[in-house]
This record gives sequence, structure tokens and C-alpha cells, in this order.
Amino acid sequence: MTAGGPLSTEGLVQLLTPAGERIGHEQFDPHTAHLTPDDLRAFWRDMTLTRAFDMEATSLQRQGELGLWVQSWGQEGAQIGSGHALNGQDWVFPSYREHGVALTREVDLVEVLRIFRGLQHGAWDPADHRFHLYTLVIGSHALHATGYAMGMAKDGMVATGDPERDGAVVAYFGDGATSQGDVAEALTFASVYDAPIVFFVQNNQYAISEQATRQSRVPIADRGKGVGIPSVRVDGNDVLASHAVTRWALEHARSGAGPVLIEAFTYRRGAHTTSDDPTRYRSKAEEQLWAERDPIARLEAYLTAAGELSDDYRTGVDAEAKALCERTRATVRGWTRADTRGMFDHVYAEPHALVDAERSWFERYERSFADTEVPR
Amino acid sequence: MTTLDERPATASAAAEQRPARTTLTMAGAINAGLRAAMERDDKVLLMGEDIGALGGVFRVTDGLHKDFGDDRVMDTPLAESGIVGTAIGMAMRGYRPVIEIQFDGFIFPAYDQITTQLAKMHYRSGGAIQLPVVIRVPYAGGIGAIEHHSESPEALFAHTPGLRIITPATPQDGFDMIQQAIASPDPVLFFEPKARYWDKGEVDHGRVEAQLGGIGGASAGTAEMSRARVAREGSDVTLVAYGPTVRLALQSAEAASQAGIDAEVIDLRSISPLDSDTVVKSARKTGRVVVIHEAPTSFGAGAELSSRVHEQAFFHLHAPVLRVGGFHTPYPGAVHEHDYLPSLDRVMDAVDRVMAH
Repeated sequence: MTAGGPLSTEGLVQLLTPAGERIGHEQFDPHTAHLTPDDLRAFWRDMTLTRAFDMEATSLQRQGELGLWVQSWGQEGAQIGSGHALNGQDWVFPSYREHGVALTREVDLVEVLRIFRGLQHGAWDPADHRFHLYTLVIGSHALHATGYAMGMAKDGMVATGDPERDGAVVAYFGDGATSQGDVAEALTFASVYDAPIVFFVQNNQYAISEQATRQSRVPIADRGKGVGIPSVRVDGNDVLASHAVTRWALEHARSGAGPVLIEAFTYRRGAHTTSDDPTRYRSKAEEQLWAERDPIARLEAYLTAAGELSDDYRTGVDAEAKALCERTRATVRGWTRADTRGMFDHVYAEPHALVDAERSWFERYERSFADTEVPR
Repeated sequence: MTTLDERPATASAAAEQRPARTTLTMAGAINAGLRAAMERDDKVLLMGEDIGALGGVFRVTDGLHKDFGDDRVMDTPLAESGIVGTAIGMAMRGYRPVIEIQFDGFIFPAYDQITTQLAKMHYRSGGAIQLPVVIRVPYAGGIGAIEHHSESPEALFAHTPGLRIITPATPQDGFDMIQQAIASPDPVLFFEPKARYWDKGEVDHGRVEAQLGGIGGASAGTAEMSRARVAREGSDVTLVAYGPTVRLALQSAEAASQAGIDAEVIDLRSISPLDSDTVVKSARKTGRVVVIHEAPTSFGAGAELSSRVHEQAFFHLHAPVLRVGGFHTPYPGAVHEHDYLPSLDRVMDAVDRVMAH
């Protein structure tokens, strides 16, 4: 297959071939030197758990337990690799498909499903994980991430040389988001203010049904050139390369050298959401081609060939995945509908006369039913 | 880059030397309020286009860049959505950004960030994230400007839960309310009536200083900026105005008094929340209400207020609530604006009509 622009496979940093063979790379090999076999097994474990959870959530949606689900299937390499490059001071601003990154930030994945069961719009305290809430309006959070990074710089968290102090932000979004004005503005602000931020674009080739060629005529990474932001294209299905490139980019940003744009070229193996139908716009042959480039199978092949993935370890992770899925199912089914009066909470931080009046009215209205149904 | 601790010593020295009462223009009062807020809290910073060395196109930030530096008075790229979006990020980091949108008609590139992000983040996060962002908007007409420089878009934002929308009509309120807005934990749109920027008035510097410096000051400030003000007491008819039309309402009340009509004037000050209690109380007394604003009357703040007065004071009314405001046309060319805007004659026409009942 030959494809140009944003579907091109030219210039991708790759450390593991689809067959799982390790290949050298002068610039990025040093950014893998810290990784032990334990670390690589942990990458494989996290990708496996993310996928198992993803499939379970899909089943729960099909059974009517969730209103919607957004699969990360196929993008685990880009997400787990980059997520594990972050340190404690760094902050993540995800889009809404970053379940793998959430796992690396120790968000309980089950809690994510509160959003998709319609219980609430945000399901974790960002400060607990340095992982901001999911943002559904495409690209809006690229600006929040940039502003946050500007604030970190003002707080003296950049270029001190102290690894316990220096930090940066990673903003995750997709190929579709790069067409949004907010993303263009975020690149401009980040560039002119030298913000410590890494823009991590998962080019999964599709914005619902539209191929990335509808968003751009050039590789997404080329967007960095016009605003003076160093850019890298990486094979997003190569967890090792995704990790190395992100690690380099974060060091660049934390050192005060300014933002970096990473284009991780990957493939959305699932539908856009459970409401989507990819059979209307792409072929089985294409899906098969990308199944053969799967990120989990790739690392598995590498570790197996290296004798670093024992049957015991596999069995352990399989059991862990099964337990996660069982807990997910039980927890989701156990969630009860919250008191509707809660919908009036937190509209404002300080009292607001109209919200207060409408809450009071609603409570009186609800009580009026109680009085008629249960006469005293 | 200077650290936040290195703010110029002259700024705090100036605070101590400042007289308790001064005569200021509205623009000068807002400038003094911004300065006082920046001196009170190191996390307050200003963002906008041309607000640095130039001091803003209306000079409302005049001198602040010189005294507080690049780090706290930030000239931004020319991108309104970018300004609001990055301000949201900085607020998440603990800063209190005060944004200047250069003109009312230029706020719309930021409409998405304001309504889908700024307004909803506190709700989305279940109260975990507060966004104390203030958006200053010079608004309304009467200055002979070209297109997009004379609009009154307040109702478009009032329809969005999560935002507070306030507008001062006097230098004292300009000084007090900008500081209360900055201290508030909620996002605030601060609409500044640009035609009133050069009106002078006496400003008491001490009251808001004492309020915001005390325990619970931010809550008290938020409550106070949300209240309407009875600008003139009367018994026959209630004229309700805000921002640029308060002066017109007072002039109309004066004209009415010469015709033997005793008009009460209410300066709303806040559009969200709308202090309808104060208006309803007045309506029950006078039985007649006329609402005056520059924005188109259709679906405007006056329509909302009229509805609430009818719901809550129907049996006290002698006449239907009338609205005097802009028409359902784009803001016209400057030569026509005095026919588009509420005028003394149009207000008196409405007063005559409600008095006829």
C-alpha cells in the first residue's frame, strides 16, 4: 500500500518491527537504555489489561449497561509507551480515548465508565493523578494544556535541572483535532511563550469515517514547522519507539527548550464509538493489514524471542485481566442512579440565586408526588 | 523571567499612599481596581491584545505593564479562543487570569471556550476544579464606531449556566466590582460600558478593600456584585437599566419628575444572577415597569426580567412590562446609532404608555 501525506509511513521512528525484531536508532536508542526486562513486561501487561478492559466495556455497552463506549483498541502501544515516559510532576490533558494513558496514571479504569453510564461528566479528581478530565469537544483541551504548561513555567518548574522539580504537560489528541482552530492556536501560544508541553497526536487515520487525508495534505508532524516546534513521526504501534520519543520530547520541554509535536502513526482497530459502523467506510483487507501490525503482538514477539515472557507471567496477567473484567462488570451493574437533586450541585462555586430557586422548586415538585402517592 | 515574588516594591508602596477617596473616570476606576487586585494577590495576571506597553485600546490597563512586568501583564497572540483557553489552563494551575477582549464583537472566536469549557468545568469536575477567570469586555455603542465595535452580547452568555455576568454603571462600581469579580471563585464576564469610560465620579477605595481583605471576603464580594442597586427611589413607575443605560434611566426619571411622574430607577449591575427580587419588590410598589437596554429586546435580558415580573407580581401590575432597546437588526452604521439606541424620547414614550393604564 502506498499512501501519501498523513497516511505515509515515511520517516517513522521505529525500534521494533511488526515482527518484533529490535532495530537500532542512533537518536532514540539512548532513551530506551533505562528500560529493564521488567519494565518491558510491564508495558505488555498494561497494554493487555487496557485491551481486556476495552473489550469488556464494549460488551457492557452491547448489553445496555453503558450508553456509549469509545474504544482504544489498536492504540495501546502509543498510549502505554508515552504514558510511561511521564514523571510525577508532569501533567496529562487527554482527549477521550486515552484509557491506556489513564492506566499509567493510576486512574481506576472502572471509574472511567461512570461517564459512559451517564452518572457524571467527570469521574476522577485530576489532581490525584495529574491526569485531567476527558474533554469531548475536539481539540479544546490543547489550549488548557498549553495554559497549564505556561503556568508551570511561571511557577519555576522548568529548566532548574532538578529532576524532582522540572515538569511538563502532554496533550493528547487525534488527527481530526489538528483541523481545529484551537489546536492551531495552542501550537502558536506554546511556541511564542516557550511552554513546556508535548503535543502527542495519535494519528489513528480516522476521524469517525473521514480519513486523515481529509484533515491534512502533509504528515501531521509537518504542522510543527510553520510554528517552529520540533516534530517527530513515530510508529505508534511500536510501544518502545513511542516511549523513547516521548521521553526525549519531555526532557526537551522540561529543560526549557520549548514544545515538541509528536505524531504517533497508529490505527483505530475498533469503531469510533459503539454507535459507529466502520463497514460503511473501510475494508476488511485494511483492517487485516493493521491487525498484523498490532502493538501487543509486536512486543509479545520480541519478549518471547528474547526469552523474557514466561508462561507463568502470561498466566498471571491473564488472571489479572480476567479479574479486572469481572470487577468492571460487577461494579458497573452495581451502580445505582444518583439522587436527581444532585444535578443542581456545582453549577457555581458560590451560591447563585437562580440555581437555588430552581432547586427549591424542583424539591417542592418532587415532594408533591410523594404526598399524593403515599397519603398520610 | 521574573518570579512572582519579585513584584516591584513601588506597587505596594503606592497602595499605602493611596488616598481613601478620589475622583476617577470609569476607565481610571477599573484600572485602579485591577491594580489593587494585583497588589492583593500575586496570582492575578492580565492577558489580552495590546494591554501591555499600549495599555489597551481604551487605556484601561495603562501603567500596569510598567509596574508589574511581562509575567503579569501579558500581551497575547491575536486569538481570542487561545486567550480564553490558555487562561483556563492557567486557572487550573492556580492563577487568576483577567482577560481583556478588545471589543464586544470580537468575543465570538472564544464563544466555544467560554460556553463549553469555562462555564462547565466546575460542574464537570463535581466541584474539584474552580476557574476564577474574569473576562473584561468593553461593550455597547454610542461612540460612532465601525461594525463589531458597539455590540451588547450579554444575553448570549446569560443563557449559559456556570457564568456570572456583571456590568458596572459608575466609577465606584467599576472599582469595586472588578475586584469582587477577580476574587470570586467562579468565571465572570465583566461587561464595561465603553461610552461611560470617561464619566467621572467619586470613588471610595476603602470599602471593597476591607471586604475582600477579611475572612469570607470572596463570598461576600460575589454576593454583593450579584445584587441590584436602587439608584433613585420613586413610587409611580420603575425604570430598570444596567451598564450604559443607567445614566439614561436617571435622566428619564428627572424628565418624568417635571411631568409629575415619580420614577424609581434600578441599576441591575448583574445579569447572571439576575436580582429579580429587587425588581419585583419595586414592581409591587409602583405597578409599572420599563426595562431599558441597548441589546436587541427580542430574547434579551429585558424579556427575561419582564417574564419574571409577570410571574411574581402579576396582580400588582397596572400595565404590561415594556422594553426599550435595540432592534432585531445588526448594529447599524454609526450615523443611525442614535435612532437604534434607547433615547430619552423612547424611554419617555414607554413611560407615557405604562402611565396611561
